[in-house]
Amino acid sequence: MNLRTIPFSAWIGIIGIAIAIFCALFAPLLAPFGEREVVGDVWLPAGGDFLLGTDNLGRDLLSRLIYGARTTIFVALAATVISFALGMILSFTAAVTGGFVDQFFSRFNDLMMAVPTLIFALVVLAVLPQHLWILVLVMAVLDSTRVFRIGRAVALDVAVMEFVEAARLRGEGTVWIIFREILPNTLSPLLAEFGLRFAFSILFLSTLSFLGLGIQPPAADWGGMVKDNKDGIIFGISAALIPGGAIAALAICVNLVVDWLMKRTSSLKGGRGDA
Amino acid sequence: MPDLLSVKNLKIEATSYPPGEPPKVVTLVEGVSFDLEKGKVLGLIGESGAGKSTIGLSALAYGRGGCRIIGGEVLLNGKNILTLGRSGINAVRGAQVCYVAQSAAAAFNPAHKLGDQVIEASLRHGIMSREEASERALYLFRVLGLPNPENFGDRYPHQVSGGQLQRAMTAMALCSKPDLIVFDEPTTALDVTTQIDVLAAIKHAIEETDTAALYITHDLAVVAQISDDIMVLRHGKTVEYGTTKQVIEAPREEYTRALVSVRQAKRDEAPDQTGSLLKIEHVHAGYANGFKVLHDVSMHLPKGQTLAIVGESGSGKSTLARVITGLLPPSEGRITFEGKELPKALKGRSNDELRRIQMIYQMADTAMNPRQTVRDIVGRPLSFYFGMHGARKTERVKELLDQIEMGTPFLDRYPAELSGGQKQRVAIARALAAQPEIILCDEPTSALDPLVAEGILNLLLKLQEETAVSYVFITHDIAIVRAIADSVAVMHRGRLVRFGPKSKVLAPPFDDYTDLLLKSVPEMEIGWLEKVLQTRRMESAGN
Amino acid sequence: MMESGPITGPVATDATAGETALRSSDLAGIPAKPNPAAEERGGTIWQRFAFRRPLAALILQRLGLSVGLLFAVSLMIFGGIEALPGDFATTYLGQSATPQAVENIRQDLGLDRPWSERYLSWLGGAVQGDFGTSWASRNSVSEQIGNRLGNSLFLAFFAALVSVPLAVGLGMLAVQFRNRLPDKIINVISLAAISLPEFFIGYLLIMYFAVEWGVATFPATVYNGMGFTDRLSAIALPVATLVLVVLAHMMRMTRAAILNVMSSAYVETAELKGLGTFRIIARHAAPNAVAPVINVIALNLAYLVVGVVVVEVVFVYPGMGQYMVDAVTVRDMPVVQACGLIFAAFYIFLNMAADILAILANPRLRHPR
Repeated sequence: MNLRTIPFSAWIGIIGIAIAIFCALFAPLLAPFGEREVVGDVWLPAGGDFLLGTDNLGRDLLSRLIYGARTTIFVALAATVISFALGMILSFTAAVTGGFVDQFFSRFNDLMMAVPTLIFALVVLAVLPQHLWILVLVMAVLDSTRVFRIGRAVALDVAVMEFVEAARLRGEGTVWIIFREILPNTLSPLLAEFGLRFAFSILFLSTLSFLGLGIQPPAADWGGMVKDNKDGIIFGISAALIPGGAIAALAICVNLVVDWLMKRTSSLKGGRGDA
Repeated sequence: MPDLLSVKNLKIEATSYPPGEPPKVVTLVEGVSFDLEKGKVLGLIGESGAGKSTIGLSALAYGRGGCRIIGGEVLLNGKNILTLGRSGINAVRGAQVCYVAQSAAAAFNPAHKLGDQVIEASLRHGIMSREEASERALYLFRVLGLPNPENFGDRYPHQVSGGQLQRAMTAMALCSKPDLIVFDEPTTALDVTTQIDVLAAIKHAIEETDTAALYITHDLAVVAQISDDIMVLRHGKTVEYGTTKQVIEAPREEYTRALVSVRQAKRDEAPDQTGSLLKIEHVHAGYANGFKVLHDVSMHLPKGQTLAIVGESGSGKSTLARVITGLLPPSEGRITFEGKELPKALKGRSNDELRRIQMIYQMADTAMNPRQTVRDIVGRPLSFYFGMHGARKTERVKELLDQIEMGTPFLDRYPAELSGGQKQRVAIARALAAQPEIILCDEPTSALDPLVAEGILNLLLKLQEETAVSYVFITHDIAIVRAIADSVAVMHRGRLVRFGPKSKVLAPPFDDYTDLLLKSVPEMEIGWLEKVLQTRRMESAGN
Repeated sequence: MMESGPITGPVATDATAGETALRSSDLAGIPAKPNPAAEERGGTIWQRFAFRRPLAALILQRLGLSVGLLFAVSLMIFGGIEALPGDFATTYLGQSATPQAVENIRQDLGLDRPWSERYLSWLGGAVQGDFGTSWASRNSVSEQIGNRLGNSLFLAFFAALVSVPLAVGLGMLAVQFRNRLPDKIINVISLAAISLPEFFIGYLLIMYFAVEWGVATFPATVYNGMGFTDRLSAIALPVATLVLVVLAHMMRMTRAAILNVMSSAYVETAELKGLGTFRIIARHAAPNAVAPVINVIALNLAYLVVGVVVVEVVFVYPGMGQYMVDAVTVRDMPVVQACGLIFAAFYIFLNMAADILAILANPRLRHPR
């Protein structure tokens, strides 16, 4: 693979993601003001000292946006990584072991997926105390059902191939079969799936925050910022649209990259060829 | 009088999209020319990838999956159909030229009745009225020997068998009284005993209706029965083009000679077949859903010999291999190895028991992990069974590569960088690395070019002489059995029909099934089909 | 024959195109030919019934499966909450919780009874449409839901009415111009649309249509006795938001489903018969594309159920979604449980409908051997 084969749309996505991650990493250096610092009047228009204006409490919107990138990206990423690890381990175990284990995991997964993710999250978050790690865990567990589903399908595709049977006949253990025979052949589709889940996590986290169930104030996060500033909309103040646009832009960027990854893998029957 | 179809200097290209690389233009067919007179049959023969289907479809001015006809002429009744517009081409397709696909099961629309689909082209082209078309369909169903021809058209595609669908597809092609039919491997997907009936039906039908045909197949023996002329293709180019008699009886090119000649690898069977390294005793096996596949199968294999298991698809021969390996534990019966019973399930067997039985698959592509190099693939059994690593392991891998006549340069190649035959050789090396006593070979040559297959068979025979390894050789190809087996087991519908030394099993007196099986295998002889049909008629008259 | 196919196919699914492919492969696993062994074995009454009427058997099976699933979900919603840490009484009282007050509340809400007993009485009530009383307002939950469910369905119905024809139409357009400019434009726009959060679309629409141009109303208040046309104009923006949210998904999946059919061997056969484009599409592609497209629609309607929640909050629309979110914020468990169960029921029902319609449209099952 070389850089020239990456299409223009994917470049846009990659650059967008890079900018967001850069902001997240160096937020204190980049932000002109503090995350929770009240610096002026409520809902000042953009321009002057405040590049994007101020929010409903008179905090600098740009600074909060930069800090918000940090929270949003890290929480979404943490949730995605955990959900992926969980979903992959369970799905690969199910696919390789087969029989009762597979049936049990799969039926339980069907049950979890019978309730829409958001509804499930609402029910669970109504009971649990509000902590960041609980939020991440709930997001991860709910999302892992989707990962399980894809992971199992992908692993089964590979697991029925004869080289896996050959490894079994040799007497190889489950761990070898999963990590040495199956995983290397499923990396491409799984990478695309990871991107898809990450985009979904960003949207899901933002939605929860928007509903007041995600990240709690005064910490800045993009979904919460929309909620904070939504009352301004009726007065024609667009402060809520800026973090909303940031969420949309980041999700679009991730999806652009995913789209490219998927197209690349779809021409890869059986995961061969781009070693 | 001009020829019905005249193809001149055909060139066909396609664009392929290798992942991670810029698109590439591939030439599929180049410089192919032939002529076909009215009422004659031309056989196009070659391996998969030889471009024969692509050439066949060019007679309908059709390029499948991004194929483009970029050069040459296809003259139908003197008119170049490649230059026709959309409506002009549509007037040719289905009216003057019809197509019979390899998989009739996929080619029929599942949503409509067979009868409607058969007469559709005739009606849409205004060739005949609905009554006439239905009558002709009925006539064709009769000619093609379909059961209950009156009601056959009322059935849906999934309600009839594969052989019947293939005949229905022939009826569909013949219905509009075309000048030319393109048959694209019409019997390849069928069992050998069904193939002969369909072949006879097709031959009868095109003779009866005096239709010309392009008959595409990879099986020279089949095409010899049906065609007047033969064109041999390889890598998109013509190898040899002549009358059937000339190509079969006096081939000019080496490739054609390899196709025509009966297997050269030949071995006399072992005189003593009493010992038994592997013994299969009264094995019954089935799947978890209660579907029973094997019924009371018993056979044995002496050390250093070859046991061939023959049968059609569904005979249970591959299931038997799964039972031997332990992938499918038998419900009854037992398998003994050197007099000791093997644990039924894979999980119960020790690594040493596993080591002694190795397996080679039909598709070497899928039998090797595409992410591992030849070194890893062949080396893994060495470290797994013998704890070898480092230089010693590399040395041994090199030895094995020499043994399979490939050598050190292939050490760090990925399977995708090997040809089909090389892949199969690496698979053999992997099996050898375990120093097995038995190698189970599941149709290891049936996906290969005949020249390459010949090489693999010779290699297997050479290795048997060197290492005294035993083979269980699963195949549907009687010619291979004749060439390499010591003992033969014939299987049919999950039961053992016949077992014993090759000389006894493949010689009369036969049981009914073995007789049918042996007689159904097309032979490289002009007029073989007529002879078989003649015998059959006499037999049924005698009964 | 029942054992030979994946009988308990996945019922619920996310609305992504990739998973459609998985679903259709599930369907392909439906045993098309009755296993001959079923005849030999005779089998149970169910097996014999399944052999003679495979279609009816499959549908009955899906129905039974959905009821079972719903039951399991009710158990999960109720029992799962019990298993999680956190005491309602303490949370309910907040800072002012004295042990005595907590005890009083527990008794008041019936939390001192064992959970299995409470579950049974809750489930018994739920089956009869009684979901108990709200902790926060002390009103009957069912009464509140009765009103709001109607409002939510009203909203979802109009969203579906607009989005389904639009999505199918655009999907067909994309197929017609496959890999050409209109297809590429539709692809890029739909990719972007998938990435937009519902609330962003909602506020964007409000900002322009309600605030800047003043052509629509916000908030989308509806009340009893409101005229039909007034209602329609009130829900114009929420409906538009929902349509935008669901359209892109539905369109992409429709496109994929139709392309799948168009690339099949029988469409090639039709082409090689020299048939016209229109006839190929109408007679050969359409009958086979109906099933997957219906499936796509039902799946996306299930997705709509979720979209409703956020959109209602954005537009302050008095529906189920907003009711549930409010209840979650104040931890009003009877309301949360009731809303959760009803949303899940709709979701399961729509997924079941998708499965059954796909089975019905499969000619192999409609015309058994």
